Amino acid sequence: MFLIECPWCGERDMSEFHCGGEAHIARPDQSESMTDEEWAQFVFMRKNSKGRYAERWNHAAGCRRWFNLLRNTATDQILAVYRMGETAPSVATDEPVTPSGEAPIGSGNDAVKLMKPGEAL
Amino acid sequence: MAASRQKTGLRTQQGGRINRDKPVSFTFDGKTYQGFEGDTLASALLANGQHMVARSFKYHRPRGIVAAGAEDPAAIVQIGPDAVETDPNTRVTEQEIFEGLRASAQNCWPSLSFDIGIANDVFSDFFPAGFYYKTFMGPPLSWMRFEPFIRKAAGLGVAPTDRDPEQYDSTNRHADVLVVGAGPAGLAAAKAAADAGARVILVDETNAIGGALLSEPEGSVSLGSKPADVAIQKMVDELHANPDVTVLTRTTAFGYYGDNFVGLWERVTDHLAPTDRVTHMPRQRVWRVRAKQVILATGALERPMVFDGNDRPGIMLAGAVRTFLNRYGVLCGRMAVIFANNDSAWATAFDLQDAGAQIAAIVDIRRNLSGALLQKAAHRGIPIHAGSAIVGTKGRSHVAAAGIRVLDASGMISSKANWIECDLIANSCGWAPNVALFSQSRGKLFYDDDLKAFRPGASWQQERSVGAANGAYDLQDCLDEGRNAGAAAAADAGFKKRIPRVLKASHTMLVQRDLQIMPQIPSPKAAKKVRAFIDLQDDVTTKDIKIAIQEGLHSVEHIKRYTTTGMGTDQGKIANLNAFAFIADHLGKSVPDVGVTTFRQPYKPVTMGALAGQHVGAHFMPRRTTAMHPWHKAQRDVVFEPVGDWLRPRAFLREGEDFHQAVQRETKAARTGIGVLDASTLGKIDVRGPDAREFLNRIYTNAWSKLAPGKCRYGLMLKEDGMVMDDGVTACLADDHFHMTTTTGGAANVLGHLEDYLQTEWPDLKVYLTTTTEQTAVASICGPGCDRLVADLLDDVDPDPETFKFMDWRDAHIQGIPVRVFRISFTGELSYEINIDASYGLWLWKKIFALADSEGGTYDITPYGTEAMHVLRAEKGFIIVGQDTDGTATPFDLGMNWIVKKSGDFVGRRSLSRSDTSRDDRKQLVGLVTEQPDFVLMEGTQIIGSKDEGAVPVVMLGHVTSSYFSPNLGRSIAMAMVERGQGRAGETLYASRKGEAPMAVRVVGTDFLKERSDGTI
Ligand SMILES: [Zn+2]
Repeated sequence: MFLIECPWCGERDMSEFHCGGEAHIARPDQSESMTDEEWAQFVFMRKNSKGRYAERWNHAAGCRRWFNLLRNTATDQILAVYRMGETAPSVATDEPVTPSGEAPIGSGNDAVKLMKPGEAL
Repeated sequence: MAASRQKTGLRTQQGGRINRDKPVSFTFDGKTYQGFEGDTLASALLANGQHMVARSFKYHRPRGIVAAGAEDPAAIVQIGPDAVETDPNTRVTEQEIFEGLRASAQNCWPSLSFDIGIANDVFSDFFPAGFYYKTFMGPPLSWMRFEPFIRKAAGLGVAPTDRDPEQYDSTNRHADVLVVGAGPAGLAAAKAAADAGARVILVDETNAIGGALLSEPEGSVSLGSKPADVAIQKMVDELHANPDVTVLTRTTAFGYYGDNFVGLWERVTDHLAPTDRVTHMPRQRVWRVRAKQVILATGALERPMVFDGNDRPGIMLAGAVRTFLNRYGVLCGRMAVIFANNDSAWATAFDLQDAGAQIAAIVDIRRNLSGALLQKAAHRGIPIHAGSAIVGTKGRSHVAAAGIRVLDASGMISSKANWIECDLIANSCGWAPNVALFSQSRGKLFYDDDLKAFRPGASWQQERSVGAANGAYDLQDCLDEGRNAGAAAAADAGFKKRIPRVLKASHTMLVQRDLQIMPQIPSPKAAKKVRAFIDLQDDVTTKDIKIAIQEGLHSVEHIKRYTTTGMGTDQGKIANLNAFAFIADHLGKSVPDVGVTTFRQPYKPVTMGALAGQHVGAHFMPRRTTAMHPWHKAQRDVVFEPVGDWLRPRAFLREGEDFHQAVQRETKAARTGIGVLDASTLGKIDVRGPDAREFLNRIYTNAWSKLAPGKCRYGLMLKEDGMVMDDGVTACLADDHFHMTTTTGGAANVLGHLEDYLQTEWPDLKVYLTTTTEQTAVASICGPGCDRLVADLLDDVDPDPETFKFMDWRDAHIQGIPVRVFRISFTGELSYEINIDASYGLWLWKKIFALADSEGGTYDITPYGTEAMHVLRAEKGFIIVGQDTDGTATPFDLGMNWIVKKSGDFVGRRSLSRSDTSRDDRKQLVGLVTEQPDFVLMEGTQIIGSKDEGAVPVVMLGHVTSSYFSPNLGRSIAMAMVERGQGRAGETLYASRKGEAPMAVRVVGTDFLKERSDGTI
C-alpha cells in the first residue's frame, strides 16, 4: 500500500494505479524480419528483477496517464517518477547484496529481519 | 485437594476499574452469571470461579484463562444470541460483558466438562509433530480416510449459518502522528505531539486509556502530583478537547503496511447490549490511516514458564493475575503459588496477599535473589523457594497442587518433590516487547541479551517504538521515551519543535529485573511422559518440537509449520519466543542465530465483515443500468443478468412461461416478427484526430484506409501475443472521426489498451479517445420487414434496405430529436441500431413499443433479452469474445482469415506467424450438431474422437464453447474449439458425458442458418 507520485496529479494511494510491467521495451518496427525467438523476447520475456526496476504505471483511477516509475522491488521504495519517452535517471538505492538477495533493510524478508551482532542502528 | 477453591466470593470487596453500581448478568454455556460494567467476559467468569472456558484444538484438553488481553492463547468462545449472529473464536479476555450476553464453549462435545474429543489426548502419540504432513505424504488414501474424523474433532467454533445482518463501516484518515497503544508511553507521546499542534490519532485496543497503569493498585502510583488514574483522566480530557486529536478505544492497529499505512479495527458496539445499540451505528469500523509519523507504544507481553503440566486451568501469567486483581477486582485464586524467574512476578504475590489471598509459595529459579525482595517477602511471611522450580502439577480440570523441587547450580533437579496445594499458579518467564507491528513495518529487530527478547532496532519507515514496546519497562523511562518521541514525531511532521513538560512518576512499581531464562524446566519424569506446552491453543509441546528437530527441521519457519507452533488464532503471541528459545537451546545455538518467524498482518483476527465494510450486497459491485431500465423493470416477469458492470434483461417472461420457453419465443420472434433489444451497454469510444484512421489500421487486424464516411466495418482487436481480445463495429463519421463499439464487458479494457498504445508506443499519433458508452442509448430493431417500423419512426430518412445498405449509417431525427441509425446486425437478420442521447433512451424505447399491435399499433414487436441474443448470433455463427474465445484463440483459429489484412503491421500481427500459432494441430472453431436433435450439450463438454472413452487419460480434442436449442432451426446447435477442427467438416466426433455414453456429434460450419439452407443440417 505504498504511495505513488503521479506526475500529473501528485501523491496518491497505489490502489488508484495499475502496473504495466517493465518499462523501456519499445515495440519493434520491423517485426516481420525478426526471428520467432526475437519476437518472443519482446512479447513474453521480462526481467522481473529484484532491486532497481523500471516499470510502466498507469493512473487508472485518476488521470489515466501512463508514466515510468523506478522502484526497488525488494523494498517498494520508489526512486524516481518520470514521463514516457524519458530515460531512467540514475538514483542510488540499496541493491540486493546479501546472500539471499535482499536489500539490507526494508524487504522484511528473513535475511534482514534481524540485525547482525554489532550492526549499527 | 480442590477444597481450597471456592466457586464464589472471588470478587474483591473494593477496588478495580469496574462500575460496582452497575451489575450485569450474562450466560456462559446456558448458565447465568453476574458481573459488573467494565468487566471482560474473562474477569467476570473468573470472579465466579470459572477458569476453564475452552478445550484445546488438537487434544481437547481443558483450557483456562491465561492472560488478560489479546495475547491469551486459548480462552476463546462462541458469542452471540443465535446461529446467525454468532461469532466463533472470541477471546474472553477481550469481550466486554453486557446485559444478556450469551457465550458458549466451543470445540467440545457433548459438553465442556465432558468432551468425547479428549480421546485425542489419550491417543496423543498418534498425533505427533507433522501429523498433517505425514498424513498427506502417506499412502494416497490416508488423508481421505482421516479427513472427516479430523474435521469433526479439530474444529474451532461454528460459522454463522446465514449472512451477517450487522452493518460495518470503513473510513480513511490522514494523521500527522498516529500513536498505537495508550499506556503511559503512548499517552505521553500523544500529548507531546498534540501540544506541538499535530493532528494526532491515539488508539488503544482495550476499553480504557492507561495501559499497564490500570494493572497497578489504585493510588499506588502517582504522575506529577496526582494519583495516576486522576492524571490519566486529565490528559484524556485534554486530548478529547483538542479538535485535532482523535482518541479511539476498543481499536486495534491490525496491520502496518507501506508508507505508514496502518489499518485500525474499531469495535463500535460489540460491548453494548442490543438495547443500547443506536440504530444505524455500525458494529465495527475499519480506519485506513495514512500517517506522516507513527509511534508504536504497544507494550510488552509476558512469557509463560514451560514446565510439565503447565496447561491446566488455574495456571496463569503473573502479570495477568495482577491485571485481573487491580483492573477488574477479581482474585484468580485463594491459594496461590508464584513461579518466577524475575522480580515482576513478586508484585503479584504482594498484591494478592494484600487482597486477602494466601501465598503458598514463591518459587523462583534464581538462586541469588535481591535482599530487598527477600526481606519484603519474609516480612509478609511468604514461603520462598529460591533456586527451585515447579516440575509438575496436579488437578483434573483445575490446578490443585504444584510439585516443587530444588535445582542445583547446573539447573538439574536435586531434591524430592514437595507438593504444595494451590488453586492458582501465577508464573512469569519475563517480558518481551510487543514488536509485531514494528516488524510488520519492516524494521529490523535485534536480540537484547539483558531482556532475553527481541527489541526494535533500525526503523524502515517513519516510525518510533517507545516504552515497553522498546524494552523500557521502568515507568519513568516509558513517560520520557513517549514524550520525546511525540515531540520529535511532531517536529518531523513539520511542526515547531517544542520541549514538552516532564511528567514525574513515583517509583513504586516492581519491574522485571535480573531475568534468568530456563528454556524448559527439568522434569523427573521420563522424557516421553513430559507434557510441557509451548503453544496452548495448538497443543504444541516441547516433545513435538524435539521430534521436528530430530526429523531434520532446523529453521524456525519450518519447525513452526511442521508443529503448527504459533499458527493458531493467537499467532503464538506468548508462545513464539519460548519456542525460539527452546529450539536454540536444543540446537546449541543462540536465540538470534535461530531467528524469529515473520510477523504478518493482521496482528489479530479481524472479522470479514469489518474488512468488507460497506462493500456488501448491492454495494459490493454497483450495477450500471441503461436508460431503458425502468421499462424493463416494469415488465411482468423479467430475468436480469449481470454483464460486465451492467445489469441487462436476460429474458422477458410472459404469463405461464418458464425461462426456456421465453427465450425460445423471443428468439423465434426476432426472425419472424420484429425483435427489439436494448443494446445500450455496448462499449462506445469516440476516436478522433488527424491520425485516427492510421491508429485503427494499427489496432485492428483489417484495413481502415478506405472506409468512407457513412460506412461501418467490423473489426477484430488482438493483443500483442496474437490472441483475440475484443471485437465490434466501428463507423467512419468523418475522415478524422470514428465511432468505435466494443463488447459490453470489454469496454474499459479496450479503452485502456488503446490509451496504452497511444501514450507509450505511438505518442506521435494525434488521436483523442473519449468514452461515450453512457452518453448514448441504443435500441436494436431486428426482423424481416422491420424497415417499415423504422420508417414510421424516422422523420427524415428512408430506411429502405435497397438504398440504406448493410453496414451504412445515417444521421436522422425522430420528432426532431437527433438519432444515428446503423444498419448493422448481430443476428444475420435485417436490423437497425438506433442511437440516441441517453436522456431520450426511455422515450425512444416507449415510442417503439407504442407502435406494437398490443398498444394499438400495427407491428408484432417482441422485446428480447441477452439470452435470445446469444441464440440468434449462434444461429448465424457469430462469436462472442470471452465465451467462444478464452485468450488462446487467433483469428485463424476462429476461421476469420478474411479479416486479417495481407500487408501492414498491426498489434499482434507478428505473433500470428509464430511456430506455435501456425501449428496445424491447433484447436479451431467449428459448429457441432448432435445426433439426437433435441439434445443440448452442456457448455464446456469435452469432445473426444471415439465412441468409447477408453483407458485414462482420455485423449481430448476440444470443448464446447456455446450450446443452445435453436427454435428457428428446430434443433440443438453448438460451437466448439476442436483440434484441427477446420479440416473435420462432416466428421463424427463424440461429446463426453458424465455417467453416460458419449453423444455422437457431427462437425459442420459455424453459420448454422447457411448450413440449413445448404441442406447440411
Ligand atoms: Zn494522475
